[in-house]
Amino acid sequence: MAYIQLNNQLPGITGLLENRKDTGAPIRELTQILLRGESTLTEMERELIATIVSYRNQCRFCTNAHSATVIALGGDADLLDKIYHDPENAPVSEKMKALLAIAAKVQELGKSVKEEHISRAKKAGATDLEIHDTVLIAALFCLYNRYVDGLGTYCPEDPAYYQKLASRLATMGYGSPKDPGVRIGEESFK
Amino acid sequence: MAYIPVQEGLPGIRSLVQYRPETGKPLYDLVQILLRGPSPLSPAERELIAAYVSSRNECGFCMNSHAAAARCLYGDQEQIVDDLLYKNNQTELSEKMQALLAIAGKVQKLGKSVSPQDIETARKAGAQDEDIHDTVLIAATFSLFNRYVDGLASFTPTNESAYEAMGKRMSENGYVFPNQ
Repeated sequence: MAYIQLNNQLPGITGLLENRKDTGAPIRELTQILLRGESTLTEMERELIATIVSYRNQCRFCTNAHSATVIALGGDADLLDKIYHDPENAPVSEKMKALLAIAAKVQELGKSVKEEHISRAKKAGATDLEIHDTVLIAALFCLYNRYVDGLGTYCPEDPAYYQKLASRLATMGYGSPKDPGVRIGEESFK
Repeated sequence: MAYIPVQEGLPGIRSLVQYRPETGKPLYDLVQILLRGPSPLSPAERELIAAYVSSRNECGFCMNSHAAAARCLYGDQEQIVDDLLYKNNQTELSEKMQALLAIAGKVQKLGKSVSPQDIETARKAGAQDEDIHDTVLIAATFSLFNRYVDGLASFTPTNESAYEAMGKRMSENGYVFPNQ
């Protein structure tokens, strides 16, 4: 049970966004733009940034959800294992390794990101906008992870829940209220 | 110098939302609702939570600007702000605010460090669900802003008067997305 009374029985972030649509709407909009909007980073690459930050923030709901989305977008268990434990040896481009390293620094503290991390990414071909979006995605998941765990929301154990959630996130995205994405997690899991 | 080519002279978050207005707009919408929308917490109390979290995240720009806004909003009680930020003196704050700041401090570290005991303490001091919700989401939101502002090394003014002007504007106008 969450620490506060919600107006629904939905788990994790889905219950919080539904409970407070006023704050939920801009959070959803920002997520849709960053993770599904036009970008030179693939959807998979952007989900990997969400995953590495959520894992390091020890947020089980977000880690499970975005890991399952990585799988739904074509990733495999080895990729995820490397993202969690050994990102420098993950089967991703040098540019992505550098961006994942920036995301990991953002997870610690904004000022942990140093000139050397940025220049490594630029040398590996990252554009300014890719660096911007990496930092903002990592920062956004520092919000999500704290919101979800700070209010003690329910985290389902059943992998089938995350597979279903991920298949929606992979095909329909994060949605603004008019989009079908808003129906994510509508089924009650508790 | 910021890590990406933002417009020179614009400080902190303003330079970043000017660089990418598409993501800047929902960020301003969120902070306007959270810090100025309906809530059992006053705008002054909410600005204080924002400044407190920013201070713990070592984000000078966000701490100084929200501290300045909180001072304006607390009016003749403005000493509350510096007492908290520079002396960790909370004696002028209500028990409820002290308990909510303790929760915000936990959120700043890690979501899961907030314990049922922390919530219980806040409830005993009179906090309702909405106080707790808004505190956690404000603390989480500033954990985003602080990382965004510092992670891209955006311009952080060092003169006190720049923040005074910002704080006055934030307390009077709230968070209106700047005209491009």
